[in-house]
Amino acid sequence: MLKKTYDWIDERLGVTPIWRDIADHEVPAHVNPANKMSAFIYCFGGLTFLIITTQIISGMFLAMYYVPDIVNAYNSVKYITDEVLLGQIVRGMHFWGASLVIIMMFLHMLRVFFTGSYKAPRELNWVVGVLIFMVVMGFGFTGYLLPWDQKAYWATQVGANIAASVPVVGPYIRILLVGGADLGALTLTRFFAIHVFFLPAALLVLLGLHFFMIRKQGISGPL
Amino acid sequence: MNDNNQKDKEGLSRRQFLTYALGGTGAFMAAAITMPMIPFTVDPLRRVGAGNFVEAAKVSDFEVGVPKKVEFTVHKKDGWVESDVKLSAWVLKKQDGTFLAMSPICTHLGCQVNGGKEGDYFFHCPCHDSFFTKDGVPKPGVPATRPLDTYAIDENALKEGKLALGAISQRKA
Ligand code: HEM
Ligand code: FES
Repeated sequence: MLKKTYDWIDERLGVTPIWRDIADHEVPAHVNPANKMSAFIYCFGGLTFLIITTQIISGMFLAMYYVPDIVNAYNSVKYITDEVLLGQIVRGMHFWGASLVIIMMFLHMLRVFFTGSYKAPRELNWVVGVLIFMVVMGFGFTGYLLPWDQKAYWATQVGANIAASVPVVGPYIRILLVGGADLGALTLTRFFAIHVFFLPAALLVLLGLHFFMIRKQGISGPL
Repeated sequence: MNDNNQKDKEGLSRRQFLTYALGGTGAFMAAAITMPMIPFTVDPLRRVGAGNFVEAAKVSDFEVGVPKKVEFTVHKKDGWVESDVKLSAWVLKKQDGTFLAMSPICTHLGCQVNGGKEGDYFFHCPCHDSFFTKDGVPKPGVPATRPLDTYAIDENALKEGKLALGAISQRKA
């Protein structure tokens, strides 16, 4: 049945060559853990992507219950945690995943650094990688405020004041980031919009570039 | 050779004209869509301003020499949320009878300082261990480098025996 449906579509649209072109490529021996266990370090990039995927999925589901308003944000997160079926699991996935993304991304970066893979002709992909790093830090910073509890509030207060310490433009950056003179309703909505719309859009574009360049240039050679 | 001459005569080739026209239209449309977003985003810049004075305590409430915490309420508009916010000030009546009303917000990175500590340093911030004297001067070497910020004090209200507090401002390090 499934095969028949696929064939029916393929006959009309010729999709096989498209996905074959993407999926069929040799995995070089030096990056294959089946040959040599130590090659698992080449998996860190893929694992980072796997966790980012679970972050996006768990985040989409959290957004079914979460409200970014100072009166209700805390209660909605409490409701997710205490009352929604498996709410603790879904929130837990997103919570622990947030740290795991950063750990995996760091391991991936260390691999790229110590195998010297950032050297010519792959400098541009290192640059894109650094941009991805900044976007992921942005996810962590903006997401941390969303539960609107004491820890969230004061951590953001400290973060906003760090931003304000930039010479000359610092105070203006702070007002734009916080949405006013003090942390409040507009801070939460801003951070929510950044966390859930702006950064995911930026991340997907950057990951697209990252993966395009990997396929175009191939993985770097053995040491 | 021939091609080049023709180009020179016409000035602009058909292809180039179309590229410019389409590019220009595209750029105009992109600008028309994104321009409104800029004022939209920077709106908070025009809303931050100084507040009014609010009566916080009576002058007779204070003794010389020891900072006392006063709490007062300010009506505040935070986006669409209007509320009465409780603020607090550490008020020190000095030897000469003048007042110093200090904000409890740590000048390091904005946590709340606790007051009433024994010894040389009356204030302590739990976030990164800053200490301040009762005048709000930070202990040398702690993360905070500026003295605690001060509330403006309404001189006219003072004459009537009332302590009214206004905008917060910074003191020099
Ligand atoms: C690399 C990707 C991401 C990271 C590192 C990240 C990080 C975080 C962190 C640290 C929190 C606070 C969690 C807590 O204290 O409970 C959070 C909350 C949240 N995030 Fe993300 N996030 C990511 C992607 C996303 C995406 C793609 C969405 C939605 C499209 C999303 C939606 C949410 C929502 C709705 C919350 C509030 C619920 C809650 O606090 O439990 N996140 N995120
Ligand atoms: S915020 Fe007070 S010591 Fe850092």
